[in-house]
Order: sequence, then structure tokens, then C-alpha cells
Amino acid sequence: MKVDFKEIDRLLQKLRANPYKIFPVETPHTGYIKEFKVKEGDSVTGPTGKWLEKPGTPLFILERERNPKIIRAHTTGIVQNLREDLKGRFVQAFETILEIRHPLSQEEVISEVLLSALHVIYAEETARFILVPEISHRIEKHGLKRAEVRGGEDILIMTFMKREHFIKIKEEGRFIIYQVYFKPFELVPKGSPLIALCPSEDLPVLERIVARIREEWPS
Amino acid sequence: MRIENHKRLKELLERAEYIRDIKGEDFEDVMEVYAQLKYAFENFYDLSEEEIDSLLKSSEKRLEELTILGEKTLTPYEIVKITRHPQRFTLQDILENVYDSYVELGGEGEINIDPAVVCAKAMLIRRVGDDFHVHQVMVIGHEKGSGEEFRRGGSAAPWGNEKALRYMRMAETEGIPIHFFIFTPGAYPIEDYPGAAQQIARNLYAMSKLQVPMISFISEGGSGGAEAIGLADLRLMAEKGYYSVISPEGAAAIVAKLRDGRPPRELVEKMANALKLTARDNLELGTIDRIIPEPPLGARKRDYEFFKRLKIELIKATDEVVLRTRGFKTFTKHALSKQTTDNFSYYVDWDLSEDEKEILVELRYEKYRKMTQWAVVIPKGLTHTLKEKGENFLRVLGNEIKYRVLKSGQKTFKRLIDDILSESSLLLKPVSDPVKTVYNLIVGKKVKPRLPTIPEEEGGVYELPVALEDRTVTCPQAEKYGCPDIWVPDLYGEFCGVCPYCGYHFFLEYQWYLNNVFDRGSIKFFDEEIASTNPLNFDGHAEKLKEDRKRTGLNSAFLSFTAKVGGISVVCGMLVADFRQGTVGAAEGEKFIRAIQLAKITRRPFLMFVHSTGGIRIQEGTVGVVQMPRCTMAVRDYVDAGGLYLVIYDNNSYAGPVASFLGSAPYQFALKSTRLGFAGPRVIHETTGQPPPPDYHSAENALRRGHIQGIWDRRELRKRIFHALLTMGGKNLYYR
Repeated sequence: MKVDFKEIDRLLQKLRANPYKIFPVETPHTGYIKEFKVKEGDSVTGPTGKWLEKPGTPLFILERERNPKIIRAHTTGIVQNLREDLKGRFVQAFETILEIRHPLSQEEVISEVLLSALHVIYAEETARFILVPEISHRIEKHGLKRAEVRGGEDILIMTFMKREHFIKIKEEGRFIIYQVYFKPFELVPKGSPLIALCPSEDLPVLERIVARIREEWPS
Repeated sequence: MRIENHKRLKELLERAEYIRDIKGEDFEDVMEVYAQLKYAFENFYDLSEEEIDSLLKSSEKRLEELTILGEKTLTPYEIVKITRHPQRFTLQDILENVYDSYVELGGEGEINIDPAVVCAKAMLIRRVGDDFHVHQVMVIGHEKGSGEEFRRGGSAAPWGNEKALRYMRMAETEGIPIHFFIFTPGAYPIEDYPGAAQQIARNLYAMSKLQVPMISFISEGGSGGAEAIGLADLRLMAEKGYYSVISPEGAAAIVAKLRDGRPPRELVEKMANALKLTARDNLELGTIDRIIPEPPLGARKRDYEFFKRLKIELIKATDEVVLRTRGFKTFTKHALSKQTTDNFSYYVDWDLSEDEKEILVELRYEKYRKMTQWAVVIPKGLTHTLKEKGENFLRVLGNEIKYRVLKSGQKTFKRLIDDILSESSLLLKPVSDPVKTVYNLIVGKKVKPRLPTIPEEEGGVYELPVALEDRTVTCPQAEKYGCPDIWVPDLYGEFCGVCPYCGYHFFLEYQWYLNNVFDRGSIKFFDEEIASTNPLNFDGHAEKLKEDRKRTGLNSAFLSFTAKVGGISVVCGMLVADFRQGTVGAAEGEKFIRAIQLAKITRRPFLMFVHSTGGIRIQEGTVGVVQMPRCTMAVRDYVDAGGLYLVIYDNNSYAGPVASFLGSAPYQFALKSTRLGFAGPRVIHETTGQPPPPDYHSAENALRRGHIQGIWDRRELRKRIFHALLTMGGKNLYYR
């Protein structure tokens, strides 16, 4: 498996042309739009705090059955395409009321590029994971982005209720362990990324791309 | 001479600093004196001996004057500053200067279970004429340290209080008195096992019947943290100490409704006045027994005269407690009252006999039972008193005859019959078994139900007036679990205020529980006329009490009643959120004690339902705080007598009540969505420097930490209580 650098170029060009992600805010159910709490162009923030315990900026109030519900922002950005004409009117469920234009940060761009470029192993089920001791020693000895693994080698152990299952690298070739996303013995939900591998020969080029993003993109 | 002068100069500079810190920079000419001393100290070798001498003389004289002047105008908040000052004496100074020898237990310095709590086995030598008598005591107290951050300013962690309890038990085993020294701004408010509140409750529970004399000395008595080692036979307090339900800063933040940030200085000073936290105030309120005088502006680390006096007072206090348990000691008691020097005219052996230990515990119970009763409105008048006393007498007499004479005889007779039947059935088994098998085959075996079931109440679920509203509400967990909106009549009717999708429990009025948990028509309220007062004359509190009385029709936040659950008679207490957020003051404490005493007399299980409680009512100051030991002693008395005490939490339960009479219950359950803990998020953030996670006080976490025994669903509450009564009480449901 080789990294498709043309694909990365296309992705970067796309991100450069439009360095935003648009999050449409929809009505969760039918109801009347009672009041808008924001104006076009306002900055809003998503949930904050160490545990995201502080709710996001209130956007509008949707009322159904005399139950006014405050709809809040789930991401940080600028309000656009605000449907002010809907104020006081009945709306259907899943109707887009406004959009939040979220400027992509340097880390978000890097993460998007890496996820599209690297070979990522995802959790097939909710379980606890650990690295195979041999791989763990290799990381300790050489460090991340240096330790090498071969295709077909056992890389992870999935453990759940005393049941253990080895996870192999399915692709052929030699890889560098680029990133480990989990902590040993921590319960990882199904579908979460566990480990990212990069073909050994592509690592220098990929690192140059990441360095370029860090230089070009405002942090 | 030069070295002596340098030493004196340093001492005077420290004294000037002390006066400046306590009285403020604008106090008289303190800053001028301080500046002169500082200049002389920094340029000591450039100044002539004469110049230094003259400065020392003039400064010493002026500082004396300033101290006297400062003492005359001392405010309660300045007293708080004295107790917190780094130059104030600490437990370490007491151990060094009051006791003749000591061995620290459970760690030293930073290498410790909890450096904020110091336990030591100490020796006190009493001089009687030319004789010397050695007394051994256990010393337990808070150590603020002198600039040692790891002591956390004397805030005991839960395991620090557990350590204190361990050495209290050791003292009991060895039969030696305990001297407690309270130097704490409050307990360290973390919930990790054994839990701040729960451990304080365990300490209070154990101390209420500890069979050794206990003396406590308060310098800085911060609420629940102080109570963890404060339940004593005699409570001494330093003249410049404070003992309060909350710090003035904390009270100001509550009054100003601050979520974060510091309250204004004026409000803090106002609160220090309003809380009546000084030694003199506490003596007037009856929450302490004696004041230990201090030099003007408070004792510091090198006030050896004060330590000498403290030693005499500690010996005298222990003597007094011991002598109270002994009848014929008139001359010794007289000599004790006249004793002022460290050469004693008498000797008291501090070992107690078994009978004296019992008297000691009884006297302790009586002492706390009487405490703060003046702060409660109890209907008086000859007719009422006679009626109440008559009823009590008849109740005690009736139950004594019923349970001690009749039931006890019945029990012995039943046990005898059971033994005979069991023996005879074993003897006849080979003959009777084949006959029984044939009979069962022909007639069919009757299976008895294993557990009795609770009868359903007629008329369905009682609905609150809010259930009549035609609208929907959104579950607070809707975003997490995707719960659809719930129609109000369904939610507050059939669903018992529980989201049918995620199980979130909405707040319900206390009337719902009265109508849906207990058998209809079985509730009989008592002590309704006992009313909350404003014992400290706290500004604006009387009006708030009046408003709450008018709005709720209640006289206090505590409801006491007898009721039945599925036919099982119980005595119940309920703390309701509607009246001052369910906070506990003198009236609530008195009602709790009376209710649990009734349960003891009538041999009924005692069910405590906490609709919500915000802690001890700050407007009642230490009058509220002492409800913690008072009520916990009543719990201990009831449980030791064989009672079944069950606590059920709902909504929010925090602070003092959880750290005493609720947390000391052997069986504690919580309804789902309950929040249970010692201190709220703001206090935790301020004390630990870390904001607690949003679910820090959840029932699930309380269960995980072992603070409660289970989580119940409100829809099954009646059934759960019924089964809990049967299971915990078993066949000895009414009395062990």
C-alpha cells in the first residue's frame, strides 16, 4: 500500500481554496421559530470546559407544544445563511435554519491529511487494546515515527472480558508506526482509530507535507 | 550584645509585620514603625549601637501600645485573620511546649497518611507538691504547618479523618483520654474513598460512644472539618479563635450568589460579624464550654506563658470530665475550680471503671441533647408540657410492657416450642416422610409464597397539580440519549416524573412521595409546631423564614410523621426542599432527634427521606453546626438499641447532614439522578484548584465509591422500601 500523493495534493488544494467546514444547523423536530439569538456574521462557540460541560452559544428558540427549546451551537465559527424569514413561522423537522462556518485549524488540516494518507487500524468492537509487547518495546527503543513493523505481523491485542484476540497488519510491506491513538487497557469505542501506519519509503515525503502545512497554515 | 540586639530587632520586625497583617496598613503608625525596623534590620551593621538601642526601645514601646490599641478595636474578621496567620501557634508548637514528651503516629512531615492530620501519643506530667504524676494521652489534631504547602492549611483529607478515627479507637483500647486540637478551615472536599462527608459521619458516630474522656480545643473551627474531631466531653476554645459554619468568604459568596470570583471585602467583614464566630459568641450560644485566654492580638509561636496556661487548662478539663463520672469527690472538685498554677493541689487518676465509662457516655449524650434547644420554638405552657410528658410516659410504659415483658416472654416460649417441634420432627422423620409423600401425591403440595408482596394502592398514582398542564418538556439528557419530548400529564402522572427513555428523574414536589410511597391515610404528623428561628439575628433571615412559612405552611424544613408502607409501621423524617432548601438548623435537628427517639420507644424502623438538603443553615452559624454531633448521637443511640435506620436520598444532598446523621446510617440508598456529596463544585474548585467533572456527585459515582448501598428507580420506590424493610429488618423488623 503506497501513499497517494496526488490525492493529498488535491485535498490540500481543496482545503486551501476553502479552508472552512460548513456545519448546517437543523431543527430537531417541527415547531415555531420563536426567536433568533444570533445575527448573520456573529461568532459562536461550541461547548467548552474541560469536560465540555459549558454549553455552546444559544442560536434560536424552537417551540413545540408550549415547550420552548434553546438550540445551541455545537461548533465554533461564524453564523451564515441565517433564515430570518422563518421567525415566528412553523418549520418542519430537519429544516436548515442557519449554517456555522468553522475555520479549519492547523491540527484539523493535518489530521484530515493524515487520515486520508495513512493506513489506519480501527477498533472493530468496543474493547480494551494493548500493543503487542514486541511492538511496544520497539516503540520504547526507537520512538514513534521511527519504529518499524512488517505486513502480516501481529501489532495489537484486543482484550475484552479475559478474551484476547491478536490484530495483524493485513497489508504487505514495511511500515513506520506514525501515531497511536489509544491508551493501554482503556475502553475504546467501536470504530475509533487505534493506530496509524505509514509505508517506510513514504515517510520523508509525508513529513515534508506536514511541515509545509505547519508553515503555511495559521496556527 | 550586638547579636542579642539583632535577634530582638528581628522579633520586633516580625511583631510589626503581624500587627500590620491583622489590623491593616492604615492602622495608626504601624507602617512607620515597620519601615524604621526594616531599615535598621537591613542596615544593621551600618548603624551605631546607640542608634539601634534607641530604636529598639522606642519601637518596643510603640508596638506594645499598638497591640493594646489593636486589641481594643479587634473585629471578628481580624480574629479570623489571626487564626490564619503564619505566626500563630500550630499543633506542632503545642506538642513541643504543652506536652512533656510525644511520639508522632501514622507518619511524620510529608511522609504521612495525611500531613494535615497529626496523631501522637503524648505524656503530660502533673506536679503535685514535690510529686510528679505522669498522664498518657492521645493527641489528635490538624496541623496547619508553618508555610508547608503539603499540609493544605490543615484541611483533612477523608483518609486523614480515617487515620484520626483509627487512633481514637487505639486510645479507647488503651483507656487513655484524647485531646483534640482543631486548626482547620474545613475538610478537604473530595469524594474519593472513604469520602469527605461519609468519613466525618463515621467519626461522629464512633465518637458519640467512645469510652474515654475527650477534650477538644478550637483555634480555627471550620464547620464539618472541625466536627470530625470535635465531638468532645468538654469543648475549649482559644480566645482569638473562630468556630463557624462556613468561612466568612464562603458565606459572602453565597449571599452575593457568586458562582466564581472573590466576594467584596466589605461583605466578607459583614458576614464575619453576622456569623457570630468568635469565642465569646460561641460561649453565649452554648456551643463551647470554656474560653482559654490569650495575650492581646492572639498567641504566637513563642508565647510560652500561653502554652503553660493551656497545659493547666487541659489537665483541669480532663480532670473535670473524669470527676463528673465519679460521685463522691466534692473536695477535689472544689480544689479543681480554684487551681490556677501548674503545681496542682490534688491528683486525679484518669483511668475509668466500667461503670464510670457508662456514665461518661450518658453524660455526653445529655450534654449534646440539651445543646441549642433554646434556639427552637417549642410550644410551652403547663398544659402542653404536662400533656407531652404524660403521653411520653404512657408510650414508654406501654412499649416497655409490650416488648420487654410480653414479647420477651412470648419469644422465649416460642423458641422452646420450636426446639421441641424440631427435635420431634427429626425423630419421627423416618415414619412421617413416606406418609407425607403419599399425601402430597394424592392431594397436591401447597406452595407457600416465599416473600410477601406489597399491596397496590387503590386509585392509582397521585398526581401533582403540575401534571394538569397541557405542554411538553424536554429531558435534560435528550442530546445524549435522543429522548423525545415528554407530555407533562404523562411525565408527572403515569411516569412518576421519570423520563421513560433514559430514566432521568425530574424534580418532584415532596407531596408526591407522601401520597405515593406510604399507605393512603396512614400518615400522622407530629411535632409540627416546632419552628425554626433566627438565633443569630442574621440580617434578613427572619423575613425569609416568614416568607417560607407563609408559602409552604411549614414551620421548618423537617417533617416528622408515622406511617405505614404495605402495612409495616414506620417512623419517618423528611427534609424538604421547599423550606430554606432543606437546610438543617436547630429546629430540624430537634425534630430529627425527637422522631428517632419515638422510633426507639415504639420499636419501629426509622426511615429518613431526603427530598433535598443544602447542608447546615448558614444563618444559624454554629447553632446549626452542632446539630451534626447532636443528631449523630441520637442515630447511634437508636442503632445500638436495635433500630433499623434507612436513608433514602433524592435530588441534592450536600454537606453537614450527609457528614453526620445521614452519612452514619448503615443503609443508604439514592434515587437515580440524585446528587450526593460534601461540597459543591465552586468550593471544590476553590479548594483543590481543579473544577470537578459534571458527574462528580452523581448517585452512580457515590455507589462506585461505596458511599451508598444502591440506586433505586422512583417508579418502584414504594416496592423497594417495602422489600428493604423486610430484607434489612427480616423477622426482627421492629427491633433487633
